[in-house]
Amino acid sequence: MVKKLFSGGYVILILLILYAPIMLLVAYSFNMSREIGIWSDEWGFSLYGELIRNEDIMMTVANTFILAIVSSVLSSVLGTIGAIGMFYSKQRARKALNGITQIPIINAEIVTAISIALVCTMFAFGRSYASLLIGHVVLTFPFVVLSVMPKLKQMDNNLYEAALDLGATPTKALFTVIIPEILPGILSGFLLAINLSLDDYIITTFTKPATFDTISTYVFDAYARGGKSSSVPALRALSTIIFIFMILFVVIRYVISNRKAAKKERK
Amino acid sequence: MKTLRFSRKHLGIPYALFLALFVVFPLLLIILYAFTKVDPNGYITLSGVKVSITFENFIEFFSKSSNIRVLFISFGLAIVTTALCLVISYPLAYILAKSKLNKNGVLLLLFILPMWINFVLRTAAMKELLFAIGMYSTNRLSFVNTVIGMVYDYLPFTIMPLYTVMIKLDKSLIEASADLGAKPASTFLRVTLPLTVPGIVSAVTMVLLPTTTSYVVSDTLGNGNVTIIGKVIESQFSTVFNWHAGSAIAMVLLVIIFITMWVTNKFTDDDGGSARGNGLW
Repeated sequence: MVKKLFSGGYVILILLILYAPIMLLVAYSFNMSREIGIWSDEWGFSLYGELIRNEDIMMTVANTFILAIVSSVLSSVLGTIGAIGMFYSKQRARKALNGITQIPIINAEIVTAISIALVCTMFAFGRSYASLLIGHVVLTFPFVVLSVMPKLKQMDNNLYEAALDLGATPTKALFTVIIPEILPGILSGFLLAINLSLDDYIITTFTKPATFDTISTYVFDAYARGGKSSSVPALRALSTIIFIFMILFVVIRYVISNRKAAKKERK
Repeated sequence: MKTLRFSRKHLGIPYALFLALFVVFPLLLIILYAFTKVDPNGYITLSGVKVSITFENFIEFFSKSSNIRVLFISFGLAIVTTALCLVISYPLAYILAKSKLNKNGVLLLLFILPMWINFVLRTAAMKELLFAIGMYSTNRLSFVNTVIGMVYDYLPFTIMPLYTVMIKLDKSLIEASADLGAKPASTFLRVTLPLTVPGIVSAVTMVLLPTTTSYVVSDTLGNGNVTIIGKVIESQFSTVFNWHAGSAIAMVLLVIIFITMWVTNKFTDDDGGSARGNGLW
C-alpha cells in the first residue's frame, strides 16, 4: 500500500514539474501583466488580440508551417526513393548508403548546420530559401528512410514479381504495388519530419535568409537576447494556442490508432 | 546492345547523388576549412578566398585555456544532465510499465505530450518559471538553471527508450530470481538492471550529444554565464567570422562523436541511428 502511494506520488510529482512551465504561460496568457511573476488586475483575452494584430508573429507562424510542410514533402519523396533504391541494391552499395544515411542522425546539429552553410556559400546561393530547405531536408530525410525500411522488409516480394509477370512496366509496378504497401511507413516518416522541422532552431538559424523567421528563431531572439522576461507578451497566447492544438492532435491520433488496434483484435 | 531498363535499384542513384552532395561533401568541406586559413599568398582558392594549409586552427583552439574550460563545462553539463535524466526516468519508466492505470500507454502519452511543443518555446516557458520563483535573478544559479532546463527538455527522450525495454521485460525471470532466494536488491542488480542496459544506452546516446552541443538551453537559461562548445562554434561563424577556426572545432566534435558512436555500437546490436525520434510515432 505504502509502495503504491509512493509510486503514484512520484508519477504525479514528475507530471507536475513537466507541466508547470507550460501552465504558467497558459495562466499568464489571460493576464495583462507585462512580466510573468506579477499578476496584473486586468484579465481577459487581450493578449490574443495583440497576437492576431502582430503581423510579425503571424508571418512567422505561417513561415514555420509552410517550411515544415514543403521540406517534409521533399524529405518524404527523397527518403522513399532512397529506401527503395537502397533496399534493392547489392549488399555493398546498400551498406554504404545506409551508413551515410545515418550520419545526419548521429551528427551534432551544429556541425550539420555549418556544413550546409559552407556548401551553400560555395555554390554561391548563400543564405536563401533554397539553403533553408536543403537544411531541413537533410535534417529530416533519414527519419523517413528509417520508417520506410521496415515496411519494405515486411513486404512480400512476390507481389512485385507478379505485377511484372502480368505485364506491368516496372514504373507502374512501383506505383501500384510497392508504394501502396509502404504508404504507412511514408506517412509516419512524413509526420516525424514535420515535427522535427517545426522544432528545429540551430539548422534554421544557420541557413535562413536574414529577414526570415520561424517560431523557433523568433522566440529565441525574444527570450535569449531579450533580458529576463520576453519582450513580447503575445507569445504567451501563441504558446497556449500551440499547446491546445498539440493536445488535440495527439489525442485524436491516439484515439484513431486505438480504434484500429481494437478492430484488428476483433478480426 | 541491351537497352537500359528502369528497375527499382536505379532509384538509389539520385539518392546517392543527394547524399554525396549534401551529406558527404559538406563534411569534407568542414575538414578542408579546418586545415586551412585565409592567406592572400595561398595557392588554393576556397569559395573565392585564397587560403593555405595549416594546423594553426587546432593549435590555437587547444592552447586557449578558455576553450578547454568550455570543453569541461560542456561535458560536465551533459554528464550531469544525462545522469539526472536517468535517475528520474528509470523508476518512472518502471512504474509506468507495471502500472494498471497505464492501459494502452495513456499515462505514457501524458509524459510524451510536452515534447510536441516547440523546443525553444518550452525552454522559454522554463525561463519564465525560474524567473517567477526567483531562481533566474542570481548569477550563482546559472549552471543549476541550465541543468534544470536541460533535464526538463530531454526527460521524455529518456523515458521513452527505458519504457520500451521495461514493457518487454520477462516477469518470470524476476520471479525465478526471487524463488531461487535472491534478495530484491540483488535481483535488481543482477537481473533487472542488465536486462535494461539497451534502453539505458539508447537513452544516453539521445541525451548526451545534444546537451553537449545544443546551445539553445544554455543561452536562454544561463544568463550569459554558461558557454558550451556548440556556442563557441556558433560565435566563430556568426560574430567572429572565422570560418576556419569554427570548422576546426566542429571537426574536433566530429571525431569525438564518431568515437562515441563506435563505442556505443559495441554495446548494442541495434542498427544505431533509430535512437532520436524513436517511438514518437
